[in-house]
Amino acid sequence: MHLLKDLVNFLADPRIYFVLAVGMLGVLVWQRNRLASGRVGYGLMAFLTVFFLFGSFDRNFRLIVTKPDNVPIVGLIFVLLFFTWYAMAEAVKNDQRLEVGKPPIEKEEENRVWVWPDLVYTELIALVLCSVILIVWSIFLKAPLEQPANRAATPNPSKAPWYFLGLQEMLVYFDPWLAGVVLPGLIIVGLMAIPYIDMNPKGNGYYTFKERKAEITIFLFGFAVLWVSLIVLGTFLRGPNWNFFGPFEYWDIHKLLPLTNVNLSEYFWVRMLGRGLPTNWAVREFPGILVMIVYLGVLPAVLARGWFKAYYEKMGAARYHVGVFLFLMMMLLPVKMLTRWLFNLKYIVAIHEYFFNI
Amino acid sequence: MATEVKTIEPKEPALTRAWNWLTDTQIWKSIFRHGAPVTDRNRVLVMLSNVFLHLHPIRIRKSGVKLRYTWCMGGLSFFLFLVLTFTGLLLMFYYRPTLEYAYSDIVGLREHVPLGIMREMHRWGAHAMVITVWLHMFRVFMTGSYKPPREFNWNVGVIMLVLTLLLSFTGYLLPWDQLAIWAITVGSNMARATPFLGHEGPGAALLAFGDVKLIHAGDDARFALLGGTFVGEGALLRFYVLHCVGLPLAIAVLMAVHFWRVRKDGGISGPL
Repeated sequence: MHLLKDLVNFLADPRIYFVLAVGMLGVLVWQRNRLASGRVGYGLMAFLTVFFLFGSFDRNFRLIVTKPDNVPIVGLIFVLLFFTWYAMAEAVKNDQRLEVGKPPIEKEEENRVWVWPDLVYTELIALVLCSVILIVWSIFLKAPLEQPANRAATPNPSKAPWYFLGLQEMLVYFDPWLAGVVLPGLIIVGLMAIPYIDMNPKGNGYYTFKERKAEITIFLFGFAVLWVSLIVLGTFLRGPNWNFFGPFEYWDIHKLLPLTNVNLSEYFWVRMLGRGLPTNWAVREFPGILVMIVYLGVLPAVLARGWFKAYYEKMGAARYHVGVFLFLMMMLLPVKMLTRWLFNLKYIVAIHEYFFNI
Repeated sequence: MATEVKTIEPKEPALTRAWNWLTDTQIWKSIFRHGAPVTDRNRVLVMLSNVFLHLHPIRIRKSGVKLRYTWCMGGLSFFLFLVLTFTGLLLMFYYRPTLEYAYSDIVGLREHVPLGIMREMHRWGAHAMVITVWLHMFRVFMTGSYKPPREFNWNVGVIMLVLTLLLSFTGYLLPWDQLAIWAITVGSNMARATPFLGHEGPGAALLAFGDVKLIHAGDDARFALLGGTFVGEGALLRFYVLHCVGLPLAIAVLMAVHFWRVRKDGGISGPL
């Protein structure tokens, strides 16, 4: 039993956890035909249920999972995994139909039915069920109320509301101006830009994966892996001082983690060239600025002639550059994560003088 | 001489007679302009003559009424919004957004109000709505329903997603306990780092006349959000007004646009 708990604690380490989440998405995309069966989906739900039941015997696990505001996130884990699997399973069904020349299921359900009674009764049942669930939930679980607000007593950890914990988790890798302002802004802009960047006329109004491979994979990566899985990480696996704690680990406020993060400028000037840091910030940060210019400025143009040539020609210059910029900004997070884990890299560009750190 | 034929009408059950009498009264007929929607004609009329039902079309794609296709998440989001409006209204009877009363009103709500699950329904309903809105967006993406001609409605939806999160965020402060102020402190501290407009943001130092800074802790983006330099009385009032009036009004207007455009852009999506 201890071995099992230690294993879960080990797997929950942010580095392994994130790689596992990406891996799960990869397996879902790659092995989708096999995973589409009901046995897999409902088996996954059963496994999760067993895991949470098993976990609830552990004191530390119970403490974090039954915190009233964390209960919805337990629900979120279930519904997100279920619907991700379900959407993919429905897509596979349609893909198999399309392969043999049949139209998607939705095409066969194209004929119209009366809204009264077909839709209004469905709505009524949904409304009643939703009310019942909400009322029962409200009777059995009290809303949290802690001590009165006190500006002199900072709780440790101080957490944002749960839906922003993905952003708070980004603070590990970025400064607030990026993690709290620019990147959330770009998420909104990016979501709004989707219909204008996505030129693929197929897959409009029915589930499919084969006809929209890139779009769906990128969206699932952004939504399921970056947004939701980081919320789960921030909610359940981050304790005092925003340190990592496994689900079966005691929240020890004195837990110490060695942090020796190094800026790119130090790597370049001190470790590579063996000299002191230049005093002028522009000279000092020149390597990092160059890296960012290459990443955001040169890379899209290079890709347009290489890997992404087909996209460039299909989308046109404006759509391509906006789309690739948004994509690269999204990928900045995993890039920063990897460089942190592999090289302890703190900032690529670190102009403290102007609060400009990347 | 013709024989008199006497027909005996089968006597109707009392309930049927009562029903027939009721539906024949002037009061009933003034409210309902047509019979029960069991005939095709009345199924059309019920959608055309009822203000609540007229959001619907008269007939709809078969896939559009199936959980398989819609997951019901858009409808549930709307329903949860209604639940939150109603429970929120009740909560407003008991709650005063001031430093003296905010916390003790919530304690009173918990300790003294009979059958008091309104705060629970409001809080759990709000969490649930955030999740249903995300899943609705997820479903719309997976069925490619944002594609032409529905691009604009997807954008309206994204703005409503942001408003949903802001509604939840502003509501989080109101109980005025440790959970509330520190969550809002962590969240709103980000605004300090807004490029140019936050006093710790990149570029803010450039906005200055000589030694006179234009952007400082007393006038930056965070100050505008909180009505002060920390989460205090100003923030509580601001968040309360936004939570109860400003944001619900904005999202209600956008909902009207959203539903209207669903209909105008060809109803629920389906293969072309």
